[in-house]
Amino acid sequence: MGELLVEMTGISKSFPGVHALDDAQFELRAGEVHALVGENGAGKSTLMKVLCGIYARDAGVIRVKGVEAYPATPKAAQDLGIAIIHQELNLMGHLTVAQNIFIGREPHRGLLLDEKALNRKATELFEELHILLDPRVRVSRLAVAQQQMVEIAKAFSYNSDVLIMDEPTAALTDTEIDELFRITRTLRDRGHGIVHISHRLEELRQISDRVTVMRDGRYINTVVTAETNIQQIISMMVGRTIFEAAPELPEDPSQEVVLEVRNLNRGRQVRDVSFQLRRGEILGVAGLVGAGRTEVMRAVFAADKPESGQVLINGQPVAIKNPGDAVRHGIAYLSEDRKRYGLALGMDVELNIVLASMRRFMSRFGWMHARAARAQALKLVETLAIKTPGIGQRVKNLSGGNQQKVVIAKWLTADTDILIFDEPTRGIDVGAKSEIYRLLNDLARRGKAVIMISSELPEILRMSHRILVMCEGRITGELSAAEATQERIMTLATQRQSVATAGPETSTAMSVGAN
Amino acid sequence: MQTTTASTSRIRTLATGESVQRLLALGALVILLVFFSIIAPNFATLENYRNILTATASNGLLATGVTFAIITGGIDLSIGTGTAFTSVAMGIVAVNWGLPLPLGLLAGLASGGLVGLINGTLIAKAKLPPFIATLGMLYVTLGMAQVLSDVHPIYFTDPQPALQDFFMGKPIAGIPNIVWVMFGGAAVAWVLLNKTVLGRYTFAIGSNEEATRLSGVNVDRWKIAVYVVGGVFVGLAGIVLAARSASAQPSQGMGYELNAIAAAVIGGTSLAGGEGSIVGTLIGAFLISTLGTGLSVDNVPQQFQYVITGLVVIGAVWLDIFRRRSRA
Ligand SMILES: Nc1ncnc2c1ncn2[C@@H]1O[C@H](COP(=O)(O)OP(=O)(O)OP(=O)(O)O)[C@@H](O)[C@H]1O
Ligand SMILES: [Mg+2]
Repeated sequence: MGELLVEMTGISKSFPGVHALDDAQFELRAGEVHALVGENGAGKSTLMKVLCGIYARDAGVIRVKGVEAYPATPKAAQDLGIAIIHQELNLMGHLTVAQNIFIGREPHRGLLLDEKALNRKATELFEELHILLDPRVRVSRLAVAQQQMVEIAKAFSYNSDVLIMDEPTAALTDTEIDELFRITRTLRDRGHGIVHISHRLEELRQISDRVTVMRDGRYINTVVTAETNIQQIISMMVGRTIFEAAPELPEDPSQEVVLEVRNLNRGRQVRDVSFQLRRGEILGVAGLVGAGRTEVMRAVFAADKPESGQVLINGQPVAIKNPGDAVRHGIAYLSEDRKRYGLALGMDVELNIVLASMRRFMSRFGWMHARAARAQALKLVETLAIKTPGIGQRVKNLSGGNQQKVVIAKWLTADTDILIFDEPTRGIDVGAKSEIYRLLNDLARRGKAVIMISSELPEILRMSHRILVMCEGRITGELSAAEATQERIMTLATQRQSVATAGPETSTAMSVGAN
Repeated sequence: MQTTTASTSRIRTLATGESVQRLLALGALVILLVFFSIIAPNFATLENYRNILTATASNGLLATGVTFAIITGGIDLSIGTGTAFTSVAMGIVAVNWGLPLPLGLLAGLASGGLVGLINGTLIAKAKLPPFIATLGMLYVTLGMAQVLSDVHPIYFTDPQPALQDFFMGKPIAGIPNIVWVMFGGAAVAWVLLNKTVLGRYTFAIGSNEEATRLSGVNVDRWKIAVYVVGGVFVGLAGIVLAARSASAQPSQGMGYELNAIAAAVIGGTSLAGGEGSIVGTLIGAFLISTLGTGLSVDNVPQQFQYVITGLVVIGAVWLDIFRRRSRA
């Protein structure tokens, strides 16, 4: 490890009602990947934002390459050689990929922009990073994972000494993560210093040289990864030892089908999809990014209109024309992109929690039952351990993981029979994760039907009674909990059109064959 | 990672991008022209087409200028009465003070830029919502025009008849110079919006202001620049209006801003920000004046003209929303 690039000591930062950082410290050396871990709301993002000129610290000393420096704007931090990928996507959807990457640094000839040079530079960057993306395509047309790759490419393009990545892997699947790690190692070997924030603790061993643990805004410890095991890190994070025993699966689901989807079609992402969901079961949906899992569920929920297909609830065909209809028929959908679809960011925690079940908290004349709503919000904040100074806090001021919990609280309040969770544990810390697993199990045991989309195979394997695997918009197979393995799922998830013939026949044939 | 090949993505952009709205507006404009030519025999005359062009000049300039603010997700309501302020400023310099006309023109542009600077500062620095800041400036500019002129029109006849002589002169194709001023202004605006960093940041701010700021762009400064550009176009529109009536009218302009905003919106500029184009805005401006001229030639009373213009605006925006929704 080389020279000291960044040294932060005694950093404190308060927001109204929240002591986000309290005497925190951190250091980064050239040629290392330094992981920063801690529970949701521990202050990881805030600490890095202080370093990047987004928040001003209340107290403490920052040294960059030995010189005291307090960047006041993102630009000042860039000039010091510090680049950051934020936890939430920060892209301009109307601009192209290349325009996004080089925003603020556009090549120009005289007064005019040089669009050709811009696209050429982007192409070169993608070649260097082995990313397959068209620099001229509009960012709003890309899937979340692709947008994340744009963010990553943008941060790399600064070629800065210090690169901070705040949960870069949360929206990526294993293949893309491998790619990211390969790039990260190259940079490290070239002598850059990299900060890696993640809740996927199994990643630490793969990528990091050292780990710093934070809890409640405080510095806990810095350890060398090779000399530490995950269990030790977890107990430092939560301040106690928790045993990650796999929760047992609830009893066998009853046979009663609550939701049936027949021959659903929508563009290239949803092709002739049919499946059944039974009361009391958790149905896992696996597949690579872009396999169409989210699109299928959005079509069922009528967030996007399907082109054809039928939805039956309790055996009855129903017409679901918009998300309102879906909720009325007892379907809840927790979006993977909480910022865009799941939350009213400017509103407070309480309102967000009761938003999908307003009816229940309204009298006949449209008055809010304020007390009931408040009680419900307080109860869920406690159950899910949402870290917030109060239910009056605006959701946009919560940490990323806590925002995710608010979405979950909202749909638990709606108390629907069918719950579709799209990547429910993305960006959620270990403690809260097992909390959410327990909750899903509880729901199933109480007779609800649960669909869980997840890109984390261990999670799918651990939680589901039955697993659907998708590839290129089709369901390529169905596995029972007993027969499912990582390898089997991956085989089905990569079964492209050229190999298999399309249609539900394949999937039946497969599951029969596997039995 | 999925690959999107360059060619298919470009085709898709062509088919579903904002260019569609522009094509729709252009189609509507052509249909209108044909329609009026058929039902009103005296519509399809060269003279009449020239009238439409002449009638578009000031609105076209205002709409072009306000397109920038709208793309950033803002709005500028002060552009209408702003023309009263800038033409009075022109009159004071060129007529009351008797200075050479080019200085008067410069005063017109500079006073417009000043209004833009104030708008931009209120919005970017004082963090006022654009609607409120520019609504305030709507009254301030109107009031200032009347204070400075003592509520009397300033006539550009003596010693400055050159204003009308030059700008209403028709050296090319019998089309008055104010129309060429509009096209020239629009060309400059097109370059600014599509070929310079100002344009790039205009779109970026409208698309995601926070992300633009986090990328290290000085968003406040560029927002101010956007309103200054809009202000200079108000100055140009003030010159055109003064040339047409050979006078600076201190009470003019109320409502002009809505015409300009309507033109931009018909042309596909999104009030939510991030989308818009100069060509679309110009088409929108032509559509509005074609509608006005056509209905007048047809002897449709003014009150019905209002209703029809309103329906066109609603229809255009509805089409745009419909198109977007079916694409999503
Ligand atoms: N702008 C803000 N206003 C008010 N409170 C804030 C603001 N930003 C962060 N906080 C609070 O500061 C604390 C630390 O938040 P931070 O985002 O740093 O957590 P984190 O460790 O990144 O968590 P996560 O893993 O969930 O992303 C949280 O309690 C959060 O609610
Ligand atoms: Mg965070």
